[in-house]
Amino acid sequence: MLLIQCPYCGERPEPEFVYGGQAHIARPQPSAELSDQEWTNFLYRRNNTRGAHAERWRHTHGCGRFFNALRDTTTDHFLATYKLSEPPPRPPAESAE
Amino acid sequence: MRATMQPFSALSLLKRGLSGQRGWAAQWRSPEPKAAYDAVIVGGGGHGLGAAYYLASEHALGSIAVLEKGWIGGGNTGRNTTVIRSNYLFDESAALYDHSVKLWEGLSQTLNYNVMFSQRGVLMLAHTVHDMQVSKRHVHANRAAGVDNEWLTPEEAKAFCPPLNIGDVRYPVLGAALQRRGGTARHDAVAWGYARAADALGVDIIENCAVTGIRRNTDGSVAGVETTRGPISTRRVGVSAAGHSSVVMKMAGVELPLESYPLQALVSEPVKPVFPCVVMSNTIHAYISQSDKGELVIGAGTDAYTTYTQRGGLHISSHALEAVCELFPMFRRLRMLRNWGGIVDVTPDRSPIIARTPVPGLYVNCGWGTGGFKATPGAAHVFAWTIARDEPHPINAPFTLERFRDGNLIDEAAAAAVAH
Repeated sequence: MLLIQCPYCGERPEPEFVYGGQAHIARPQPSAELSDQEWTNFLYRRNNTRGAHAERWRHTHGCGRFFNALRDTTTDHFLATYKLSEPPPRPPAESAE
Repeated sequence: MRATMQPFSALSLLKRGLSGQRGWAAQWRSPEPKAAYDAVIVGGGGHGLGAAYYLASEHALGSIAVLEKGWIGGGNTGRNTTVIRSNYLFDESAALYDHSVKLWEGLSQTLNYNVMFSQRGVLMLAHTVHDMQVSKRHVHANRAAGVDNEWLTPEEAKAFCPPLNIGDVRYPVLGAALQRRGGTARHDAVAWGYARAADALGVDIIENCAVTGIRRNTDGSVAGVETTRGPISTRRVGVSAAGHSSVVMKMAGVELPLESYPLQALVSEPVKPVFPCVVMSNTIHAYISQSDKGELVIGAGTDAYTTYTQRGGLHISSHALEAVCELFPMFRRLRMLRNWGGIVDVTPDRSPIIARTPVPGLYVNCGWGTGGFKATPGAAHVFAWTIARDEPHPINAPFTLERFRDGNLIDEAAAAAVAH
């Protein structure tokens, strides 16, 4: 079970949270002019990073807020958690893919 | 080229048994990688070894190597709960998985290796009205597609699987779908049987050899692979790397619609034969069967997050155990011996990808999610066809990479509301 540092509430056990997948996926614009491949990438393609992975979590059974986390998917160690408005912190070089 | 294979027979087993099991030779060679092969398979699990076997036996492709970064069968082939069934909703899936079940039925004879395929029946429980509707729809769809599946009342389910508690349960058993041709097999034997048979046909099985890069010609086609044991030239590369498919395919610049999750399983201490079949419950999420060694083999769900660590949270496996104890009260005092995780590559529609890729000469068999073991022979068979002929077999033709772009999803995710 992961211990997750909610940026608003502090460290809480994983069952309080819901995982929201890869973070920082912006809907491409303008929608009407996108190619099928651009839509496919937006809807289905994910980095599936081996290493520092930026991802969304929601503290569902707590403050209810969304936030982002940087987690090393080779160790499950959280490198950082940060608010949605913040850019992802730079991962330490050795944990990058 | 053909290595000598000692065929197994009742007589040979008896003779070795009486002489203290001495005189068995290694079942496959451990060759050094050559500088070039006609085809290279990346990944020495059941799917990769099987593909190499069918390339050699049915397509006579020449020199073939299987590159495995660890030891063969040490990934998901050795980590799954060995359930085999083909009762999938859509015609495309039913055709693929039933192709596999048909190959399972003759596999021990084909390979001259006992894979211990036991068609003891797979019982899938329904606990809600929605479950009943979905299960019955599966039963009808399967029967229309020529795949056996039948509906049982709770009493009939209990008669088929006496340990099942159909009485006082939080989510009562309202009925069950039974596929009698489903069952289990010995997972290691599948890898070993394919390895032995492929080796006898001249396939080089190279363990402890991780692929670190995919070399390309100026026209973009595959030129070879870089490995931890040196470069290997080849025009055809088949990637069968399960949870690490994204990582390997990125080496050639191919992005896949995959996410890798941990899937956990457990085994109990061994007990006498008490459990006659496979029971699955998608709703309360537990799978259970008993191995020939006597251990109860229990499958849990996937963890919520993507990872490559081959472990997951204890709350996921305890949840599966709670469901098992509720459905089978006689197991409540049984102790668990081991639990572990495997990394499964999940597609958006929970159906696999067995296809050519935008890179000429590069083929991929991935996206099996939580249900790849059952498909081992069928997937390997059509993957070998795809690699040898540079075009899909009719059975895997719908399972392309482009289906996500073109909207031709084979949406088993929506059909079952859980991963497979």
